[in-house]
Amino acid sequence: MIEGILIGLTTALTLQNILMVMVGCFFGTIIGMLPGLGPMTAIALMIPITYGFDPATGLILMAGVYYGAVFGGSTSSILLNAPGVPGTVATSFDGYPMAQQGKAGKALAIAAWSSFAGGTLSAIYLLFMAPSLSKVSLSFRSPDYFALMILGLTAIAAFSSKGQFLKAMMMVVLGLMLASVGQDSLSDITRFTFDNMNLTDGISFVLVVMATFAMSEALTIILKRNDPTSAAKQVSLTELGSIRINKEERTKMYKTIPRSSIIGFLIGVLPGAGATIASFLAYGMERNVVSDEEKEKFGKGSVNGLSAPETANNAACSGSFVPMLTLGIPGSGTTAVMLGALLGFGVQPGPRLYMTNPEIFWSIIMSMYIGMVILLILNLPLIPYIARILAVPKNYLIPLILFFSVTGIYVMSFNNFDIYLMIGIAVVATFMRLYDFPMPPLILAFVLGGLMEENLRRSLLLSNGSWEFLWDRTLTLCILATTIFIVFWQIYKTVKQNVK
Amino acid sequence: MNINITKIISLLFFIFSAFYLYTAYQIQVFAFDENAPFNARTFPIYLGYAGLFFSGLKLILPDPNTIKVVHQNLEYKKTGILILIAIIYGATILKVGYFLTTSLFLFASYYFLGERRWILMFLLSFPFVAAFMYLLHGILDIYLRDPFLQSIGVMG
Repeated sequence: MIEGILIGLTTALTLQNILMVMVGCFFGTIIGMLPGLGPMTAIALMIPITYGFDPATGLILMAGVYYGAVFGGSTSSILLNAPGVPGTVATSFDGYPMAQQGKAGKALAIAAWSSFAGGTLSAIYLLFMAPSLSKVSLSFRSPDYFALMILGLTAIAAFSSKGQFLKAMMMVVLGLMLASVGQDSLSDITRFTFDNMNLTDGISFVLVVMATFAMSEALTIILKRNDPTSAAKQVSLTELGSIRINKEERTKMYKTIPRSSIIGFLIGVLPGAGATIASFLAYGMERNVVSDEEKEKFGKGSVNGLSAPETANNAACSGSFVPMLTLGIPGSGTTAVMLGALLGFGVQPGPRLYMTNPEIFWSIIMSMYIGMVILLILNLPLIPYIARILAVPKNYLIPLILFFSVTGIYVMSFNNFDIYLMIGIAVVATFMRLYDFPMPPLILAFVLGGLMEENLRRSLLLSNGSWEFLWDRTLTLCILATTIFIVFWQIYKTVKQNVK
Repeated sequence: MNINITKIISLLFFIFSAFYLYTAYQIQVFAFDENAPFNARTFPIYLGYAGLFFSGLKLILPDPNTIKVVHQNLEYKKTGILILIAIIYGATILKVGYFLTTSLFLFASYYFLGERRWILMFLLSFPFVAAFMYLLHGILDIYLRDPFLQSIGVMG
């Protein structure tokens, strides 16, 4: 492991990669602060830029964008009560009241230090857990992988659907259907191409991500007459107050940070759960463990109440890398985008990644530490100024997002058809967003579609066409039982909720 | 009349799944693969049934129609214009080239979204695209096809 850490450090500490982390953190912070534009959009917009780099540098850049977006989301939660990303909603419960009491600077400092500590601690957990889990996952067979992918898709549908499980499952199926377009990987038989040569190689992952996130979010903002930049115009540079944290507040944070980081990391590891659930759980748990006197302060500017979700959401970001790096199965929409980008680089994530491409595996982990330090330096003194930069009118912001989207596809294929297809998918996605059809399950399904078919093929061929492989091994059976439980529980909840 | 759009989308998805399933059955596989445990049409067939199952459930189960979209408040005109400009941009980018079409696309988009600060609009279109092209093509070595710049001798 020491050798791996050194390889990672050597790769991550090159001038180019440090610069990439800085650019990623800066860009991610800006996008994360804009309500409605989350880390997935930020990462999607970065994909064309990563084409010019090697896989390690490209992924370091995307990881920097990811932490930056979550970090930036907390700033708008505290200053404006307008969370930039869902993972920072819980931050506003105590961060905004603190800002209203004239302690915005202090709230930002608590959030920045908590994020730093949460991210750093979880990167340490990742450092120790990822290689061990990689070794364990070497014993996984095709049926286990197939069952695990179904579990991942079901879990993300259950967690991201806000009570609309069936809609999310429809999006999962749609994502898998889109992934099935083009040549079959084994027999080269074309499927669903309708004799259109442009579809022979299938639909590009970048195209689907750009269409369903970047482009569709831009169209939704125009359609709904939202202005994500209007809130940033209200930020006052003069009323932030001191950023000093006193001894009593530090003592409170010392207790909160370790427990919240563990919760955040573990929730992040689970497929589909992510930063939002981690931050709410950490907030709820913190409220239960503090003294009655402190409990009274929750919702009115509690230090523990602010520190807990901020620690947990950053810890969850690092945790979500575990299934992606060790199993090759992304646990969230954001890591699905990164997985797709990795596949585009020709790198196959999975249990063997840390043996075949140690520089990628370890440099991502090492870059997390560097990213956390950069975010701390960036957020504390510069945040009010970054918030000012955000006051760019949406009349400029939207065309620029569309421009980045089209450029991404143009650079990749030099093909008009792909641009039309992207616009078509974006229009459909925009309409579906209006009616709360979630997009992350579609992306995760699209990325996993090929792998899922491959593992089902191997399983069925090995069992001579029998579905017994689903219950032959205890591990497969356990994963499948969990999936079935989630499906029936969610359908039961939907029926119960709708009958009321 | 209160129309439940979610149900209509579910119905469309049901029809789409049925069409997908029909097409999946039509996939031509090799003769020796016809009775194999797994062939090119196996997975799509399961997907077709899964689509029918989930959209069918959504259609059958009660839905209180809680999502209310007030269409009068939606900005269809500007969104439509923006989509149209993007289509024109897509249609001309290969023939005319990246620099000119992208700059014009940005300039037109700013205009139709209501911007009238001409100097800022210009700076955030032509010089901005030139700088971005330099970043991609000049620094990151990402190839950008541009017949217009090639014809005037700016690009090699």
